[in-house]
Parts: sequence; structure tokens; C-alpha cells
Amino acid sequence: MSMAGSVPLVGKSQLRQLEQSRRSQRSAARKSSRVLNAVEAPPAPTRTPASTGAVKHPMTMTEKILARHSNNQKVAPGENIWTNVDKLMTHDVCGPPTFGIFQREFGMNAEVWDNEKIILIPDHYIFTEDPRANRNVDFLREMAHRYRIKYFYDIQNRADFHANPDYKGVCHVALAQEGHTKPGEVLFGTDSHTCNAGAFGQFATGIGNTDAGFIVGTGKLLIKVPPTMRFVLEGEMPPYLLAKDLILQIIGEISVAGGTYKAMEFTGSAISNMSMEERMTICNMVVEAGGKNGVCPPDQVTFDYVDQRSSEPYEPVLSDDNASYVEEYRFDVSKIEPLVAAPHSPDNRKTAHECSSTKIDRVYIGSCTGGKTEDFQRAAQLMHKAGGQVKVPTFLVPATQKVWADVYTLPVAGCEGRTAAEIFETAGCVAPAAPSCAACLGGPKDTFARLNEPQICVSTTNRNFPGRMGHKDGQVYLASPYTAAASALAGTVADPRNYL
Amino acid sequence: MTSYSLHTSAALQPRQHAFCQSRRRSVSRRTSLRIQSGSGSGAPPPKSFKGKCYVVKHNIDTDQIIPAEYLTLVPSKKDEYEKLGSYAMIGLPLELYPTRFIGEGEMKTEYPVVIAGDNFGCGSSREHAPVCMGAAGAKVVVANSYARIFFRNCVATGELYPCETDEQLYDGLSTGDEVEVDIEKDILTQVSTGKTYPLKPLGEAKPVVDAGGIFNYARAQGMIKQAATA
Repeated sequence: MSMAGSVPLVGKSQLRQLEQSRRSQRSAARKSSRVLNAVEAPPAPTRTPASTGAVKHPMTMTEKILARHSNNQKVAPGENIWTNVDKLMTHDVCGPPTFGIFQREFGMNAEVWDNEKIILIPDHYIFTEDPRANRNVDFLREMAHRYRIKYFYDIQNRADFHANPDYKGVCHVALAQEGHTKPGEVLFGTDSHTCNAGAFGQFATGIGNTDAGFIVGTGKLLIKVPPTMRFVLEGEMPPYLLAKDLILQIIGEISVAGGTYKAMEFTGSAISNMSMEERMTICNMVVEAGGKNGVCPPDQVTFDYVDQRSSEPYEPVLSDDNASYVEEYRFDVSKIEPLVAAPHSPDNRKTAHECSSTKIDRVYIGSCTGGKTEDFQRAAQLMHKAGGQVKVPTFLVPATQKVWADVYTLPVAGCEGRTAAEIFETAGCVAPAAPSCAACLGGPKDTFARLNEPQICVSTTNRNFPGRMGHKDGQVYLASPYTAAASALAGTVADPRNYL
Repeated sequence: MTSYSLHTSAALQPRQHAFCQSRRRSVSRRTSLRIQSGSGSGAPPPKSFKGKCYVVKHNIDTDQIIPAEYLTLVPSKKDEYEKLGSYAMIGLPLELYPTRFIGEGEMKTEYPVVIAGDNFGCGSSREHAPVCMGAAGAKVVVANSYARIFFRNCVATGELYPCETDEQLYDGLSTGDEVEVDIEKDILTQVSTGKTYPLKPLGEAKPVVDAGGIFNYARAQGMIKQAATA
């Protein structure tokens, strides 16, 4: 199944040439993604815009994707366009009203626009006795059967999640792991963190139920083309920094509204050296800056991840060199320190060190942005290296069933063959819980690790507005898995450099 | 035109399925008005809203507007739509907002107008946020700016007019002040002092909210099929 090993790196200029030749043979474009892998020429010098002819109308990646999906040669920021939709994702909270609206507006006899392009992922309120929450998952199942939805990641046995082979967990991570995220595509989801998938070089954004109901019926949506902000992240990542620190740095810089209505493009050597999971961490949080979508240029790392999970074709695009950006920010990542977002806003940036006198009540590692395999491995690495016991209850919620299995089976690099689960157990953490969104957004009162008291929590999640994790007077410090693990060992907000 | 209207009103009758009953009464009235005004007769959509205002500051996120524990309520189901309204703005911290948007034991708000600072409705994309405010009886929000998804959800659902202004209204107005928001002339007036504040025009969003949301608007404009066939 794996295609790894057959491919040299594809340079940016090669990819652009490829992109161009693919466009010219569009009618014959039913090719597999393997075409990309066939490019073996050495890196060519960058071609000038005039010599290619492909950049008469230079566009950013986001503009290109939207142009292609609206049958336009070019689009410009501010234009309203009808975009075709490749995929619509919805979950147990917004799925029922989305189908309710679809049926109300299109009629009980109407069929969905494409039963292979709607992806239903129950993940929010799963392991709860709340009857309405359970009813909503049942309704989603009813809809999946009624409309013969191909991708429905169901859970029926809530007592033992392992007994549900189809159940995945947190939708944004499951979308990637199940091969639904593809370069060049347009994805909408009824969840603000749908922007997570921009890590794959696609246009992905969150919408409400009414817009989603419209897509269910038509496969299209009227949207405004966003202007693009460019973030160039250069330099070598210090060993104590993670992608979470970078996005907290950026949100702190531009504020929780700094990206409103805009696309946020992340590029530079720090991004190209990053794994897909780390790129997801960055794109996941663009909505915390108000961004419409986040996007990373697709490269071999992207193609390898996607090709291991899907054999359907896709058409990657890159921004033109002379594309217009509304703003550009440059960061030397080697100079960034471990950061937190202090209560009660994701842009309340402070260094972890600055907050080290803040005593905490608990630590939470989980969610779409901070509950992936590598997030647990990083936390485990720090705990292994530091030794000792956690001083506060430390809750672990793997995002998906696959992440859960990884936590229990994959040896963590540099940890003498131990798994993350073994390291967490030795350190005295609470045993990893069943995969779901859990306490990231509070949820029903009986949700695992929900803040039911006005406590202080260091969390790898993405949002810390008042009440987000449950209690209105709770205080949440957003942090990287390293910082979260260090804080668990210290009993205060802690700088991971003290332990690594 | 006659058959058009008939089709439209037929499409607007509440359906029997558990999840697709909804706030059809007010919407159907507004939509038929819209259609009639298109044919040159009938009353226009509302031009202004008068009543008490509720004042909040910057970056009120949708978790404060409707905390996640209430999201099990499905807004396309009529009784749950009403119940959702009773929780509107319940996540605002008490020490900052001691006056509640919905009084103890009430289902509706006494504040048809909400005044806010920057980035109102940021955070989660939950459409439950504008919906719960509309269900509670709020008609219009006047903010310095909105988070993108919240603004879009206001328009798509037709629940609220999301007006913008450059004025720092939260400094000049207090919760409970009587105001009039004229969405034709784009002026907010503080009733007790007569002081007026300019609003930015709602532009193309206004007729969509007038129609009661994107589907009613599209149907009235002939952009999508007039009637859903049951």
C-alpha cells in the first residue's frame, strides 16, 4: 500500500511546471496522484512569469483553488463566487440541524447532492448519558441510512469504543487519517476548526448549518474570495518548540480578529520541515485569529501522507511567486520562546516562563489541535526525560481511535522502546480516555475531564474564552504538548526548557 | 405571480418531521411580504427597531453566547428552538455582566438590540449562536465588527440584522437604555438624549435578512426552486 521510497523530492518549480502541464491537459486529467511521483528531473531554475504564461493573472493558492472550483480563469479578493464543493463534513452537534434544514428546504423526498461527498463524523458528545446528545447520534445514523451516505463513522456501543470499528473520533483528525483531505480541494465543515485541513494545501473552512443544508442539496456555496495574508516562518526549530508555539506567536501578533475574512498562508523552511500533524496544528488555529482559511503549500510530505491513505486523484496548486498578499509577516522561529495563551483569549500571549508562578489544578492533552499521535509522543518524551510524577491530575484524550492505538503501541523515539502510554502511567497521569472532543469545549456535565469547578488548567486545546472548558470561571492556559507536560510535572505553568 | 406566491407559501408550511419544524410563522409572513413588495403591493419589511439595548464589549465568542452544553438542542426543531432562546448569552461572566440577557425563569429577552465592540461572535461556528439570540427575541446587533462565520450565520438564517458602526457605542450606552435602530437610514438613536450615531449600510445582506434567510431570499428571487416537494 505504501508508495514511500519510490520518489525523490519534488521542487517547487517542478511542481509549478507540473501544475501547468496538468492544467493544459485538463480533459485528460483523470490521472492518479502517482503522476506527481513520476517527476524525477533535477530542480530547474525558477522560471520568470513571462516565460511560463501560466501566471498572467498571478494568484495565491487560495485564489487558484477557488478559481478552479468556480470555472473562472482568475478570481480576485472580494469577488463573490459560486464554488463547487468537493466535500462536506458534519458531526453530531451540527449534523442534525443541517439535515433538518435540508429536508425543510428541499423537501422530504429530495436526495442529497452526492452521497460519497458528505462525511458524517460523530465526535462531540459521545460518551455521555445525556439523552438528547445520544438522540442526535441516532438521528445522524438515520440520515446516513436514509441517504446512503458512504462515509459515516458510527458508534453504537458507547460502553466500549473498541467495539465500534467504524468509530474514529475527532472529525478534523479523522478526516486526515481516513484520506479525505486532499491538496487543491474545497472542503466545508460545520465546525470552525475545519480550517485544519488547509495543512494539506486545500481550501477548508467552517460554516453554519444553513449553509451546510444548502450544500447538502446543491453541492455549491456562494462565498467571497478572501485576500491572503502571508506568514513566512524561517529558521531551525529549537528542540523545545512545537508548532503550537508558532501559531500562538502569530495569533498574539495579529490578535483574535487580525485574520478576519482573510486566508492565512504559511510558508518558509520551518513549515516545509514540519510533519503533516504539526502543519495541522498551525492551520487548525487560524480561526482563533478570525481567519477564513489557513493553507500550507503542498509538498512531498503532503503527498506521502495523502497517498498512503487514498488512491483518488487530486490536483495540487501553489501560489504564484508574484501573487498579491494583503500583509506579510516574517518570523525567525529559532528566536521564539515556549508560549502560552493566558486566560481568557487565544491572543493573550505570554511566555511560559513569565507565567511560571501560576499554580495550576490540572493539565489536559487532547483535541483536534493538540491530541494527535505526535502531540502525545512529545509530551511523553518530556516526561520520560524528566522522570518524576505529575503534580496535578493530567488528562489525556487521544483525538481518534488510531491515535489511541498509537499511544499504546508505538515506541516513543529516544525513550528506550517505551510507549507513550507506559510513560504516562509511570508519571501518574490519568489513563488515556476514549477518543472524542471531550472537555475541549466543555459539553454535557458528565463529559470526561470537563472543568466543573473554577479551576486553572493548562491545555493543548485551541480556545480559552470564558467557560470554554465547562466552568464559566475556569481559567485555561493554551500551550504546546511540551509545555503542558512540563506544567504537569511542575504543578505550575512551566517552561519545557527546564525539563528537556 | 399568484401561482408563485402559492408555491412559496406551500413550501413554507411546517413539515412534520421531528427535525425540520421551525420558526416558520414569522418567516413566512415576512417572505410573503417581500414577494408582494416585489410585485408592487404590500407592506415593506421592518425599517427600525425600538427598545432596550444590552451592552457587551469586545471579542464575545459563541461559547459565551450559547455554551456548548446546550448544543444538544436542535434549532430546526421548534420546541428546542424556543428553549435554545432561553439560554441566549448565558455564558457571559456574571461579574462583568451582572444584568442577565434573559431574566431568571424567562424564555425571552427584554433587549431587542444588542450593542457590542469588536469581533462579536468569534470562536465556534455554531449557528446556534445567532439562532438563540433571534429565538430569544433579539432583532439587531450593532457592533464595531463581527467574526466572519457569525455574520454569515446571521444573514443565512435571517435571525438578526448584523449592523456595524465605527462609534464606540459601548462607552455611550448602558444596558437598559432605550434606543431606536433605523436600518433604512442607518442611524441609531439614544431615545432619552436624542443623540444619534451613524451605522454602516447593511448593503446586500439586508434583503436576505428581510426575506428571513438565504433560502427564502433565493426562492423569492427565483434562484432556487420555489417549492420543496414533500
